[in-house]
Order: sequence, then structure tokens, then C-alpha cells
Amino acid sequence: MSRNAQNDHLTRLEQTSIHIFREAFANFRSVCMPWSMGKDSNVLIWLARKAFCGKIPFPLLHIDTTYEFPEMYEFREKAKAIHGIDLIVRVNEDAIRRGIGYATHDPVTVTHELKTVPLKAAIDEFKWDALVTGIRRDEDPTRAKERWFSPRSAEGVWDYKDQPPEFWGQFASTAPEGGHVRVQPLLEWTELDIWEYIRRENIPNPTLYFARNGKRFRSLGCHPITHPVDSPASNIDEIIEELKQTRVSERAGRAQDHVGRNAMQALRAKGFM
Amino acid sequence: MSAPSANLSPQTSKSGSTDIEDLRKMHVVVVGHVDHGKSTFVGRLLHDTDSLPNGKIEQVRRNCAAEGMDFEYAFLLDALLEEQEQNITIDTTRIFFRTQKRAYAIIDAPGHKEFLKNMVTGAASASAALLLIDASEGVMDQSRRHAFLLSLLGVKQLVVLVNKMDLVKYDQATYEKIKTEYTAFLKSLGLTAVDFIPIAAKHGENIVNRSQPMSWWKGPTVAEALDNFRHEDDLTGLPLRLPISDIYRFDHRRIIAGRVEAGAIRPGEELIFQPGGRRSTVRTFEDWPGPSREVAGTGDSANFTLTEQIFAERGQVVSHIHNQPRVGREFRARIFWLGKEPLQTNKTYRLRLLTQNVEAVVAKVEKITDAATLESIQATSVPRDSICEVTIRAARPIAFDLHHECAITGRFAVEDAGRINGGGIILEARTEKTTREGKVTSAERAARAGHAPAVIWFTGLSGSGKSTIAENVERRLFDAGRQVVRVDGDDLRTALNRDLGFSAADRAESVRRASAVAGLFANAGKITLVTLIAPLAADRAKARAALANHPFIEVFVDAPLEICESRDVKGLYAKARRGEIAEFTGITSPYEAPESPEVHIRTDKLSTDEAVKLVLDALDKIQESKAEDWEV
Repeated sequence: MSRNAQNDHLTRLEQTSIHIFREAFANFRSVCMPWSMGKDSNVLIWLARKAFCGKIPFPLLHIDTTYEFPEMYEFREKAKAIHGIDLIVRVNEDAIRRGIGYATHDPVTVTHELKTVPLKAAIDEFKWDALVTGIRRDEDPTRAKERWFSPRSAEGVWDYKDQPPEFWGQFASTAPEGGHVRVQPLLEWTELDIWEYIRRENIPNPTLYFARNGKRFRSLGCHPITHPVDSPASNIDEIIEELKQTRVSERAGRAQDHVGRNAMQALRAKGFM
Repeated sequence: MSAPSANLSPQTSKSGSTDIEDLRKMHVVVVGHVDHGKSTFVGRLLHDTDSLPNGKIEQVRRNCAAEGMDFEYAFLLDALLEEQEQNITIDTTRIFFRTQKRAYAIIDAPGHKEFLKNMVTGAASASAALLLIDASEGVMDQSRRHAFLLSLLGVKQLVVLVNKMDLVKYDQATYEKIKTEYTAFLKSLGLTAVDFIPIAAKHGENIVNRSQPMSWWKGPTVAEALDNFRHEDDLTGLPLRLPISDIYRFDHRRIIAGRVEAGAIRPGEELIFQPGGRRSTVRTFEDWPGPSREVAGTGDSANFTLTEQIFAERGQVVSHIHNQPRVGREFRARIFWLGKEPLQTNKTYRLRLLTQNVEAVVAKVEKITDAATLESIQATSVPRDSICEVTIRAARPIAFDLHHECAITGRFAVEDAGRINGGGIILEARTEKTTREGKVTSAERAARAGHAPAVIWFTGLSGSGKSTIAENVERRLFDAGRQVVRVDGDDLRTALNRDLGFSAADRAESVRRASAVAGLFANAGKITLVTLIAPLAADRAKARAALANHPFIEVFVDAPLEICESRDVKGLYAKARRGEIAEFTGITSPYEAPESPEVHIRTDKLSTDEAVKLVLDALDKIQESKAEDWEV
């Protein structure tokens, strides 16, 4: 495959994602973009800046579980300055006071309490009717069923059994009463696309993705439940080469996905990304 | 907690080749009657192309064993609990894999009748389709219905897979019979299958590996047929069609944003914006982080500025002058209807065509077709999951093409109560009835003008610059093709207000008359510019209240008295100082400055051009109502 063909492919993905951003911004009253600081989330920031000619015209939201890797907090401040981000940070203080944590609770409970609950509270507080998320169809079978625009009820529930049809560039552009719509510009991207685009555009990312002592993080979450994979890939080129060969699933190191057979399904139906 | 670490070291894999000809993903939808084996086929395809993640098949085998079920390839895909319980695929699933030739997204669409909308979602984004028919059951309702929808959705490349050949003992005659019957059906839809491939998905026969029991089959395997599909034609050579997504005014620039759906666009090209018919020229692309592109081709999300600022809004279709879309309110269309409630005549729906979103009614249902049999149904409303031909009438003109001329602008979605419930293609434009009855509505006037009326009221001292600014605003609006009229205080005094002097009561009456005149013009659809000193706040408040039906912009044209007096264009200040004019505003009579005008212009500090821009921006803000949400 030539360099040109690869470039065309990335440009096509990029231009489609920009279109999704613009349609969301034109259709909804109040848009927010949750930011995990991970690679997909950082690509989203880049695409949003391209969509809106340099500056993102809506706030970003970091749901801080307090279990982020220390390096992620440093990266947050750095990236905030680079991109000129209007950032809202929220922590579920109440759950932390109640002692919810990985030392005492299972990952599904902690994820729900420290991510989903404060996300819902922030939506209620700011009355956002659209949330831009970085999910991709290739990550997990339940995500493969997602739409570009995916309505959520007031309770944050995803009615995956009765999704609106989506065709000819017409999306579900009305949020349900009291609910919101998830807008998902990266649906068609793969993990390999993400890294090739990061390389092409030189997008800042946390260095946790790069191997130290033979291990690296392929996907980032709360540190007690996120594990590095064996890998010698210490720079972007090596990661790309590795991804072209690998057959290990991306979220293999994310413990909350693997608790039960349908753990991801259960989490997502309740409002998880 | 122990860290489960996975081995990521490079290994050989057929699908891991870096030597892929064509990285551009080919989207292929898999359709067919329920239980004709779609999920099993896709599971087997992934297995046979060596595309499954490590351990996936073992994991599914373990789950099956734990629940006392036999392993099936379909379970690989049916990740959702409900699917496994009901044994049908309930929603569109996309599976990515690669052959030596290129990357694929396989769209596994449901076959169960009530989930047709998901099949439409899947098929509408596909370039090619695989349609499965169970050899032991033959052609069924859904086999026909899906083909009908594929033809409507514009999926032209189709390969039919005659599955479960093992159940008919790999009998060639059974295969030929199905092929003959189904070919005739496809022909009635104007479709031709590229191939009919006999397969046994469960056993992996003719998927990637050739079948031994069906050695009589000399045609391609499924993998070979996939690699033979072509990408949809590049639309860059077609006439330009660029629907506006939004107008951005984040900084000093006014940027038109929209995706090029067909054709290409370059700086220097003259454009026309429909509906409305305004023209302007592309000045620059405004790409971040730059450098800006030189051309935006089909599929590109463009952002550009214009040389002449004209009225433009989301929904308009931008094209070149010499090859424009049609503009009209009425057309004949073929619709597929997915709504739980039937599609009814004379009920208001929303019609969505690219970024246009207008109210519309079905004026007439001409024909309803049973998609499975292609026979006509006698009914007054259109039931769910059927296809019909109708006349659609939109509340205001839209830009469109006929589907056979340009598919992308020749198709639309129908929304009911916020939900997309159907889609259609435009077959024929209809001329509107030329004789309509009753009075002309403000909506009709706005539709013809391409904009709503507004009143812009310039107040300020004599010599502050009201008329100069208003005349320039009028010129700019007129040149941009807008309906504009100017009501000047001095002009009124020569005729309509000839009986009035300058007492407080006469001034109040003068303002009342001016607002009445402005109201008549605004009712007639005009952007009405009023220039009147109107020195008293109470009088101006009455004028605003009298014009409450229309957007009202108060422009305070402000300059210090000394400066106005030094300008003294008409020699009035000199006369007033000499005592020749009684009750002259600013000298012998008060001027109450507006407390919160929509626009405040200091003419001693701004140039006329800058002042005009402030007024035009305020007008644009009203007409592009989203602007104030994010203007910095």
C-alpha cells in the first residue's frame, strides 16, 4: 500500500468526523465533550479544532475518578494549555466519602459510582443535550452496534433494542425529553487508524502508551484496574508496526470489561461510554 | 491484584499483511430472510480469513459448554445476551477484517421483519451487498423485500449466496432453480446479481476454501467475490453540491462550513446559494492548522469565506451558477416507511434533505406496494414496512435534484415527532399550482425573499451620521439581493408629517407615524431602515412596542454634540444657535440617549465601513439565530 493511499484513507476518516462534529454543533443547543485524556480523546480534540477552525466552541469535561495515573494529571494541564481548552472537572465526592474504591469494591461498581454517576450529575447540572464521545466500533462488540448519533433517556439509558434508523447522513438530531444524544465521530476508526493519524498530525499524547521495561499501556483507565501489555514498542512507529501484527484485543488490559460475560453490555446500558 | 499481561509480540497472520492494495474500507451489508444463516456466515468468514482475536473462539466455546449448548459460529457475533436467547441478530453489527487486497467492514443486518429499520441503516452505508438464501427453504418474503430495499437505497453490487447447500445434499439442480427464480425477481427491480455462489457456511464451503462436495461450482468463492467488488464511483466529477452545515463567526471571519457531497470547489469560483438564489465568490479556505487546501473535493468538510457577504444559512445548497439544483416545493417520490404509525396524507412531517429541514405533507398517495410480492395494496394510509409512491408538498421551497440525476441530493428522510421514520427518492418535480387562494402570508413573503423582515431604527442627534450609515447599510443589503427600504425622518417631514412641528407632542406623533409606516413595510416583508432623531426614550419605547411583530434593532448613532455641531451638514445647528429654530434637539431641546440599544456606534471613533459592519452583524445575528451562543 502506498503512502498516498494511507493518507487518503486517514483524510476520509478525518473529514467524515469533522462533518459529524459540525452536524452536532448545528443541531444541538448545548454540546459538551467528555475527555479521558486517552489517545482517542486527544484525536477528538484535534478533529474538533479542525472542525471549528482552531478553537473548540464548547466545554470539555473530565470526570476525575481520583484513580488516574499521576502522569495523566500532568498531561491534562499541558494539553489544556496547548489546545486552549475550556475544561470542567468533576469528582463524585460523595462516593469517595462513602468509601467507594478499588480496594473494597468490584470494578463494575467503582466504574459506575466514580464515572457514570458524576457524568450524569454534570449533564443535569449543565443541561447538555449532546455529548461527544470517542468510542469506536472496533473496540467491543456492543460498541459495534452504535450509531453516529445515539439518543439516551433522562436516566442515561441506551435503548439498544430500539435504535433510530440512520441513513443518508440523517441522524437522530433531537434529544429525548430530559435526555441527551451521544455523538460519536470516531465510530469508523480502528485503533491502527488512531495511531497512524496521531503520527501524521503529531497530536500530543501521554507517554504511558510507550514501552518502558518491555511493557506499555494500550488503553488507559483507572490505575488499579488497568494493566500494561508486554510490548517493546517505545515510539509511535513501533506501535503502528505492532498493531499491524497483533491479534490481542485492545481492551484486554481493562479489568472491568471482563468481570462477567456481559459486563460491558451491563455497564453501557446504564450510561457508561 | 495480579496483572494479566497479554503477549503482543509480532506473529504471522494472513490478515496482518502490510502489503494491502487498497486500505479504503469496503462496506458490505449481509442481508436475507431470518434464519437463512447470516450470522453463521459472517462468523465463519471471520474464522476462515483468520481475522478473529486470539482466544475468541475458545471463549465462545467455553461459554456454550457452560450453558450446555452446541457451539455455533453465529455466537461469535451475537455478543448481546438477548441475541443469544432469541437466536436472531437484533441490530446492525459492523465487523472489520482484511483480505490480502483490502480492509472490509461487514455489516450484519437483521432478517427479522420488525427490525427492518436496522437493515436500512446497515444497507444505506454499504457499497455492496451479500444476500443469503437458504437452499432448503428457497426464496422467502424477506429475500424479496431486502432486494427491493437495496434497489431503493442504491446498493448496486449484489452477490447472492445460496446457503445451507449441505441440507440439500449439495444438489446443483436445487441451486439452479433458486438462481432462475430469483434472477427473474431481481430483473423486475432493475437489479442484476453479480453472481450466485452455492455455499455451506456452517462447514466453511466456498467461503474462503473451495468446496469438495460442490466441485461442480467453478465460479468464485465468497472471498474472491468480495475482492471483486468495486468502490462506489468517485463523485468529484459531478456538479458541485455543498449543503451548508453552519456559518461560523468565532472571530472576525465569517466562515461557511459544509461538506462537499458531489463535485469540487475552489477559491475564485462563483457560487449560487439555493433556495434564495444569492451569489458570491469563494475567497479563501480557512483550514486549521493550515496551510489551507487548494481544492475541496467530494467527501471533504470545507470551510470557506466569501468575497461578498450575502445572506446564507444552514440548509442552503451551494452550487456553481451553470449547474444548479432545482428549487421547488412539490415533487413525486418513492418512499419506504418504517414508522410504527402509518404514513398519512395531510399530516405534517419534517422532510430532511442534506441539511435542509422543512415541514412537509404527503399531498397524495399514488401507489402502495407490498415489498415482498411487488403487488399493489389498496389502502388510504401507508402501513409500516411498505413502499409507496406519493406527492410531497413542502412548506417552503427546497433545493433538490431528481434521484436519477444526482442521488445524493435526490433523496431524503421523513421525520415524525423527532424520529426518522422513513426515507425516499425523488422521481419527478411537480410544478406548483399557479393559482392559490386567500391572502399572501408572511411565510410566503419570507420564502420568496429568502429572509424574514426586520426593522432597524437609527436614532441620534442631527449630524451624528444616521443617514450616512443607513444609506450604506441599504446599499450593502440591496446588493446582496435582500428586500430593503429606508424611511427617512426628513423625507417624512416634507409630506406625511408636513403638519407637524417640533413640540414634544408633535415629536411623539412623528415617531408614531414613522413606526406605523415602518410596520407596513415590514409586514410586506422588507428589511426596513428608519432614520429619525426620536429624542425621547418613551416615544422610542412605544415605537418598539408597536413593531413587536418583527425583529427590532435599535441603533444608537452616537457622537458628542460638539462634533455633530461642527459637521452641521444642513446648517441647522447654526440656525438653531441664531435662534432661528426653536426646540432644536441638543441645543434647546433634550436628547435622551438609549440605555441599551442593540447596536451602539460612536461615529467619532469608527469609520462608516466599521459602523455598517456592526449593523449588518446585528442583522445576521438575528437571521442566524445560533450565532450569539458562541460569538466571542
